[in-house]
This record gives sequence, C-alpha cells and structure tokens, in this order.
Amino acid sequence: MTDLTWIHGALTAARPQAVGALLRYFRDMNRAEEAFQDACLRALKSWPEKGPPRDPTAWLILVGRNAALDGVRKQSRTTALPPDEEISDLGDAESELAERLDGSHYRDDVLRLLFICCHPDLPATQQIALALRIVSGLSVAQIARAFLVSDAAMEQRITRAKQRVGGADVPFETPGPAERAERVAAVAAMIYLLFNEGYSAGDDPERAHLCDEAIRLARLLLRLFQTEPEIMGLTALMMLQQSRLAARFDPNGDVILLEDQDRRLWDVKLISEGLALMDKAMRHNRPGPYQVQAAIAAIHSRAPVAEDTDWAGIDGLYLALERMQPSPVITLNRAVAVAKLHGPAAALEMIEPLEKPLAGYFHYFGARGAFLLQLGRTQEARQAFDRAIALANTPAEAAHIRRHLDRVIASSSSEAAGH
Amino acid sequence: MLYTLLCYNKEDVVWSWSKEEDAAVMARLSVVHEKLVKEGKLGTSLRLLPTTAATTLRGGGIVIDGPFAETKEQLLGFYVIDVENLDAALDAAKQLSAANPTSVYEIRPIALYVPDTRPDAPTQMIKAY
Repeated sequence: MTDLTWIHGALTAARPQAVGALLRYFRDMNRAEEAFQDACLRALKSWPEKGPPRDPTAWLILVGRNAALDGVRKQSRTTALPPDEEISDLGDAESELAERLDGSHYRDDVLRLLFICCHPDLPATQQIALALRIVSGLSVAQIARAFLVSDAAMEQRITRAKQRVGGADVPFETPGPAERAERVAAVAAMIYLLFNEGYSAGDDPERAHLCDEAIRLARLLLRLFQTEPEIMGLTALMMLQQSRLAARFDPNGDVILLEDQDRRLWDVKLISEGLALMDKAMRHNRPGPYQVQAAIAAIHSRAPVAEDTDWAGIDGLYLALERMQPSPVITLNRAVAVAKLHGPAAALEMIEPLEKPLAGYFHYFGARGAFLLQLGRTQEARQAFDRAIALANTPAEAAHIRRHLDRVIASSSSEAAGH
Repeated sequence: MLYTLLCYNKEDVVWSWSKEEDAAVMARLSVVHEKLVKEGKLGTSLRLLPTTAATTLRGGGIVIDGPFAETKEQLLGFYVIDVENLDAALDAAKQLSAANPTSVYEIRPIALYVPDTRPDAPTQMIKAY
C-alpha cells in the first residue's frame, strides 16, 4: 500500500467524527463539509512529507476549523473588522487539541451527524444519499452511479436533502431516551436499506460496494451502541449475507441460489464476525427483527452443505418474525422452509392467500412457479414464471427465472415427444 | 526466550480496507511470516476480530459488551481457547476469574489462527519457564 492509500483510508475513517465535530463548531452542514475538505487537501500535501500525525482525526478537525475561521477572517478584513471572539479562537489550538484527544464529544458528534442524515422529514432515498455523501464521503458522481441516476439528479437530491434538514430543527442537544431510540432505529433502517440497495444490484461491483459501505456504517453505529442487541443483529445480518458475495453469481452474472452455491467461496472471516455478534446479541434475551433475520442467515452459514440446513429452525424463526412484524413477504419466506420440511403442496397452499397482497412481487411468482414445478404442474408453473419475469427488478433476476422456464419448456417438449 | 509481538492499529481504518488492500497487506506480511518460519522463529500467530465483537468479564461475574477499555490495568497474559460459542468462552473465563478474581478478561473472537508448526515447539515452551 502506498502512502496515498494509507492517507485515503485514514481520511475515510476520520470523516464521521471530524465532520461531526466541525458541524458542532459551525452548526452549518456546508461549512463543516468545506472545512473538512480543506483539511483533507492540506493532509494530502503535508502527511506524505511529514508523516501522519499521531491523531489524524484531531489534526483534521483543528486544521479544518482554523482554515474555515481563516476564511472568515480574510472575508471580513475586506468588509469590517472581525469579531474578537473569532480571532481569539485561533490562539487556543493546544487546549482544543487536548479537548479533542479525550474524545468526550465523539459519541454525540457522530450520532448527531447520523441523526441529521436520517431526519424524519427526509424520504428514505434522500436519507441514504445524504449519509453516503456526508458520513461515508462518497462523491456525488459515485452515489449517482450506484443509484443509476445522472450526476445532476443526484446533486439535486442531496442539495434538497441538505436544505430540508438545514431548515428543520436540527438536534444540537442530545435527544431524550425515547426520541433517541426512535432515531437510532431510523439510522438502522437507513443502513439496512442501503445494504439491500447494493445486495439486490446483481454483480455490478459499483453497486455491490454499497453493501460494504452499509457494513462500515453499521460498525460505526455499533461502536456507539455497544450493548444494543438489535444493532448487533443488524450488523451480523448484513455480514452473514455479504459473506456469500463471491458465490452468488455465475460468470455470466446470473444468480446462483443459496442451495446451489459453492460454500467454499463464502467469506469465513465475515461469517465468524457475524456469528460472534449473534452470540453477543443472544445473551441479552431481547429478540428483535434484525436478530431473528440474522439467526436465519446464521443457520445457513453454519450448514457445511445445503442438505445439512436446519429447515425446522428456519421455519420456527420465520414464525417468530411473522409475529413480530406480520407481512406477506415473511410468510412467503417461511413457505420455502415449509416446502423443505413438508413438501411443495403444503407450501403452495400456504402462499395461496398471498397472491393478492403480493400481486406485484417478483419473488412471489418465482416461488410459486418453483413449487408448481416440483409438483409437476408445468403449465401453471410456466404461467407463474412468465409473471415473475414481467416483474423482475434486475436482468439477473429475469435470467434466473428464464433458466427455470427453459427447464419447463424442455420437460414439456420431452413429455410431448413421449406422447 | 519466547516473545509475543502485539500489533496495534486503528481498527476503523483497518476494517475499512478494501479486499484488495487487505490482501496486499496480508501478502506482504506472509513474506515475513515465511521467512520467520524458515528460521524456526515463528510460533502461533493470529488476527483478532474487531473490538465490537468483544465481550468483557469483570470480577464478580459481571459481563459487559465491548472491549476492555480501562487504562489503569496492563495486559499481562492471554489464552487461546477452542469452544463452541461465547457462552462456553465466558464459562472458561469465569473459571479463570474465580481463580484470579482481580483480573479482567476480554473475550475476543479470533479471525485468523495460524498454529505453531515447529517440530520442537513444546520443548522450547517448557524451556522458557
């Protein structure tokens, strides 16, 4: 790794805390961002020559803050004399540094930044875009590519989001416990949406990177809430899902189903971290939807081959999940376990009432087609697969169903030839 | 003499490395590892999971999520145990804690474990005591 790669990593890691602290000083998102940008430019000049500072984050905060105040001073010199307090602020760099090093503001600064990005006034798409820009430091162009929109459209989305939270009541004081819990849940939901955005993107590496970013944000959140089992569960869930990345697609980019994946390609390090977090979460005896979903993922991770999967365990966990947050999608997922345990007829019967609520859902018709195919009802299977293709979100999804369909066609034509 | 080399770094930076960056560092390290193995100098080596995966056992059986964060105590030793899950690891730590009640045990899962392959390893271990 060259020096510049090291610096890039340090800047990315320092970003949430540094921007959070600068936001506390300036109470203005754009100014905080500009100050951080400024500090990064200076770091790129200074660190390769002088070596990295002992505490890169403290360095970035101080330099960013001073650069911004310098800017204010220069601007005001041409208009009026600067207010005294702004000049005197420049002198106490040492005591500022001492304050920074003790890290007492760390938690509140980072939390505030996350809370602002997940402000309840913002729609989910803006929350994600804002978090990627401000907390993760992705460029507007990178975010635009990941969400398949033009740079201009993404720029506008982020500007709008900033204006909204700029005008809204930004919590500079730490919110009370109830509001805090609500907002933490919003941050967790944003992180999981971000993850799913990447996960459902097929094997497009630019978008799959969103999964890594979501895991990084989850680790950040987990460091702020070390004892919160649902945050452990969320982090574990994403790690266990992401561990299968290398096995999820064939060389053509087509989806490989869990049961057909080469499990030797699974990322053992991510699995062990996910399982370790699940172990921690379980000790709290406070189950929640993320933990249950992670426990389901963990059952797959623990099975050395698909045949060893504990489907009864998965069935039970989906039942628990259904009770926590009743949803036809969860019932549909449970039907897959039921098919393994009690056969496709039982599963088909179970999903019959879901046809209406899931009429626009790709996976419903994919699953229905698969159950029908197992039952030898090829004509109906074909109809279900046709509808699934019409509802596919990605070319990979459509291609996957098409392969099923080819099998249907092949079997029905061989049937026809036999007659 | 047996030594342990304890590696410190910023975990938020290290765990943000891309797969390529991580692989590049590991490849450079493995050159050194191989050299040390050839020279018969390398015992067990391991890489820990981040502190977010840690649990800490204090005296009196108090279990806390997260790493050992105090600075008043110093690292005096460590164990590698092979158990089924965190509860079993905590059980082992509680036995140690009962025998040595003022000590704190941070239970940290291991990400990568490379065992000692030296044929004469056990003899050397006894010699060191």
